[in-house]
Amino acid sequence: MSDRTIGPLERPLRAVRDSGRKLIVPYVTGGLDDNWIDVVHALAEAGANAIEVGIPFSDPVMDGPIIQAASVRALERGTTPQSVISELAGLDVGVPIAVMTYTNLIAHAGYHRMAQSLAAANIAGAILPDLPLDEAAEWMAEASAATIDAVQLVAPTTPDERLVRICEASKGFVYAVGLLGVTGERTEVASSALVIARRCQLVTDLPVLVGVGVSNAEQAVTICEEADGVVVGSALIRRLLDGAGPEGAADFISEIRLALDQRWPAGE
Amino acid sequence: MEPPTESGRFGDFGGRFVPESLVPACLELEQAFNVAWNDPSFRHELDDLLKHYAGRPTPVTECRQLSDQLGIRLLLKREDLNHTGSHKINNVLGQALLAKRMGKRRFIAETGAGQHGVASATAAALLGLECVVYMGEVDVKRQELNVFRMKLLGAEVISVTSGARTLKDAINDALRDWVASVESTYYCIGSVVGPHPYPFMVRQFQRVIGDEARVQCQEYLNGEDPDIVVACVGGGSNAAGTFAGFADARSRLVGVEPSGGAANGKGVAGIVHGMRSNFLQDESGQIEEAHSISAGLDYPGVGPEHAYLAAIGRATYESVNDAEVLLAFQRLCATEGILPALEPAHALAWILRACETGEIPRGSTVMMTLSGRGDKDVAEIMEILN
Ligand SMILES: Cc1ncc(COP(=O)(O)O)c(C=O)c1O
Repeated sequence: MSDRTIGPLERPLRAVRDSGRKLIVPYVTGGLDDNWIDVVHALAEAGANAIEVGIPFSDPVMDGPIIQAASVRALERGTTPQSVISELAGLDVGVPIAVMTYTNLIAHAGYHRMAQSLAAANIAGAILPDLPLDEAAEWMAEASAATIDAVQLVAPTTPDERLVRICEASKGFVYAVGLLGVTGERTEVASSALVIARRCQLVTDLPVLVGVGVSNAEQAVTICEEADGVVVGSALIRRLLDGAGPEGAADFISEIRLALDQRWPAGE
Repeated sequence: MEPPTESGRFGDFGGRFVPESLVPACLELEQAFNVAWNDPSFRHELDDLLKHYAGRPTPVTECRQLSDQLGIRLLLKREDLNHTGSHKINNVLGQALLAKRMGKRRFIAETGAGQHGVASATAAALLGLECVVYMGEVDVKRQELNVFRMKLLGAEVISVTSGARTLKDAINDALRDWVASVESTYYCIGSVVGPHPYPFMVRQFQRVIGDEARVQCQEYLNGEDPDIVVACVGGGSNAAGTFAGFADARSRLVGVEPSGGAANGKGVAGIVHGMRSNFLQDESGQIEEAHSISAGLDYPGVGPEHAYLAAIGRATYESVNDAEVLLAFQRLCATEGILPALEPAHALAWILRACETGEIPRGSTVMMTLSGRGDKDVAEIMEILN
């Protein structure tokens, strides 16, 4: 870990983690509603440590019904990769923005061009859940050249030796998929979420965030016994689809922030 | 045709673009397939099922009337005579045996026309596997008969309501199921698509079509290979299986796509469903819907090996419209007493057109794979023609 440079997504996340607090990264689908940028602001004010912005894709195979519905709604509003990136350009909400999308949209634009245009919009990271390590070299190189942290994912089925290689390659943080399945709300924390977080912590110094299935404050606290933080997607998107708006989104994320801060205040 | 590279590439196409959860399963499958394919006992078991259960070898029929009318010699590889009515059973029997060998008891599949779903339900019934079939809601309606067949065979049919509710969306939902169930479930993909090793594996299971046909054509043609070999292309499994038998022959290879789903003809390179291949896309890379009269060809992509064969010029890909397909369908019924599925009627439609334009010169010998029988399409065609 000596000669790696610390990127724009990793730096602030690492600082918070090192202060003893836990990380919360909410996900919002770009272009979901007219006021989606207001939602991004509200999430930052509510205590998010980074914000994951989904660029909607026609065929989101890692997503369950809630994020699928959000993607359809955003696409029907005419949202495109370019429109999401332009709306994010110049935005400063005080925490880094990472985009989450599918490889085809990046490949279609061209890895080089897309990395450059993300960087030009001041976007700090990118998450591509259908681009596994073995296929990622070209994208990782372009992202790195543009100072975009290309986050890698590990899953409960990832064998130990492979887990080490993915954690070594990852930038920004390690995205630990907490369960076998697609995004969506779950009533309970899967035991696999704790196991995968623990396995990552043993082999990496990067922040380890668990995502997929994290549905409320209580679950976030349970998971953070092992993880450095959580990504919260479907539970937030369901509220937005139901019309919660920026305020409702902020309330929900504040609840999680508060629960995590009570259990892990700064400086411990 | 060559096997793909270690990373599953045919030239620039193929690969294994799947969520991390599925990578170990794809590696395990690749290993299991390679071991099984080189294991004489597996091959013996498969050949035995193909012969005594599916009814192989299927014959090659010379179309006497149609040949006379067109001024060519037209030979049909009769995959319609397989058990369950199409070539899909060749692949499914192979994969179902593999699933058993791998100790997976749950067998999931996607289906468009329902032929792959019926074949999967059939193999699952035979081998005692639990079967779940994903089918777009639109296809559930237009292929009612096959839905009922699958249920009779003991499969659960899940109607897919995402996206355009056709084959592409059925694949998405099958992949989502597999992401969640990968430890206990075998995903039986129905064409030469998906992440490595599927495109290669399915082609190997389908190459029995081309290997048989090569020999059978030579019997008709005094030891010669046909001038032209034609097959319809949805994902491209019957075409890949056919072409595999003729790749080292001098025959011209032609794949026929529907004009509303011509991924090789009108698509561009993209990465979807685990593979880099050609797809119909809009200007920002969103995948577009395919539209054709045949549910089995309504796929906006194509198998990576076809994208490769097109790129190197070993095969060419043509397209035909629904009206041409209906005429070809009726013509084969009337002249030869053979009722083709709408999918292979695409291949015939191109032959009819190419004979008319002179692209197929008089006196040519042409072998076409008749990938399935048309019983499933009769209700739909009755509605259109009346
Ligand atoms: C009879 C028949 N032919 C062809 C196809 C298209 O598949 P492929 O291109 O994989 O052969 C189907 C698919 O459902 C089919 O039922």
